[in-house]
Amino acid sequence: MTVQGDSAEQEWVDDHAGPVVRPYAVTRGRARPVTGTFDLISLVMATRADVASESGLGPEHVAIVGLCQRMQSVAEIAAHLDLPVGTVRVLLGDLVARNLVQVREPRATTAGLPDDSVFEAVINGLRAL
Amino acid sequence: MDFGPSERPAGVAPLPTAIKILIAGGFGVGKTTMVGAVSETRPLRTEEVLTETGVGIDDLSGVEEKGTTTVAMDFGRITISDDLVLYVFGTPGQDRFWFVWDELALGAIGAVVLADTRRLADCFPSIDYFEGRGTPFVVAVNCFEGARQHRLDEVQAALNLDPGVPVVLCDARQRESSKEVLITLLEHAMKTREARRRAVD
Repeated sequence: MTVQGDSAEQEWVDDHAGPVVRPYAVTRGRARPVTGTFDLISLVMATRADVASESGLGPEHVAIVGLCQRMQSVAEIAAHLDLPVGTVRVLLGDLVARNLVQVREPRATTAGLPDDSVFEAVINGLRAL
Repeated sequence: MDFGPSERPAGVAPLPTAIKILIAGGFGVGKTTMVGAVSETRPLRTEEVLTETGVGIDDLSGVEEKGTTTVAMDFGRITISDDLVLYVFGTPGQDRFWFVWDELALGAIGAVVLADTRRLADCFPSIDYFEGRGTPFVVAVNCFEGARQHRLDEVQAALNLDPGVPVVLCDARQRESSKEVLITLLEHAMKTREARRRAVD
């Protein structure tokens, strides 16, 4: 975390001091998800309305399920929960392993780009905005 | 890798397809402004926490207080339809974070390189990057107030661009103008794709 501003006498307070709980504490030390890869734009949707009664879930797991009652990308989950993307990936792996969320990976487009209909749909969609 | 969900619970609607476009360019050129102009929500910020060993230039042995670096990316969302969502990501400006660019560029359908004619050289690294990767891109000259107007062909020549790369003027603050840039990019990406397909045949 960097300090905003250029004063050498800045104190690190509030958000500038970084999270109270370090990212690795949220994942209990795990750096990689148990399953899945989770691109930044993989789309996530909860499969259940409420998971508070599930054992073994942390508050961040519950928060993700709450957020994903509406479809969200991995990047959006990270932004809304103010967690690093890597942390969110680990938590999502736990949720996928328990079938508490469904995930749609984006199409790989390095070799096989989406077909023309996708491009045309985006162009038309943008024009209509 | 288009693995749609295979064991979707009954009664749950299929999730849409997500695609992404990158907005690149030098520091302060208006990347986040453009993201905000087209996004249906205010731009969001996501952070990747990277270990310094991942950066590949530091030896961590014996260094206690130098654990991680945070790279921030601003992005926005445009819902095209029930089954298509477009995400627009501003690339992190620091050149040392190329490996974050690699993650962002993977699967991106194209990129907008924003240019400021007062500091044209600032966008060279972005252009080199997308040329090297083969990612379709357009150059959008952000018309800052007070900036000297250049002719687009002058910009094209100064950047030594392939003649096929579109160069357009834009106002990154304006939704309509930024939308036009994205549409130009998509049309260019389609053409690029068609040309590559013909080259293979």
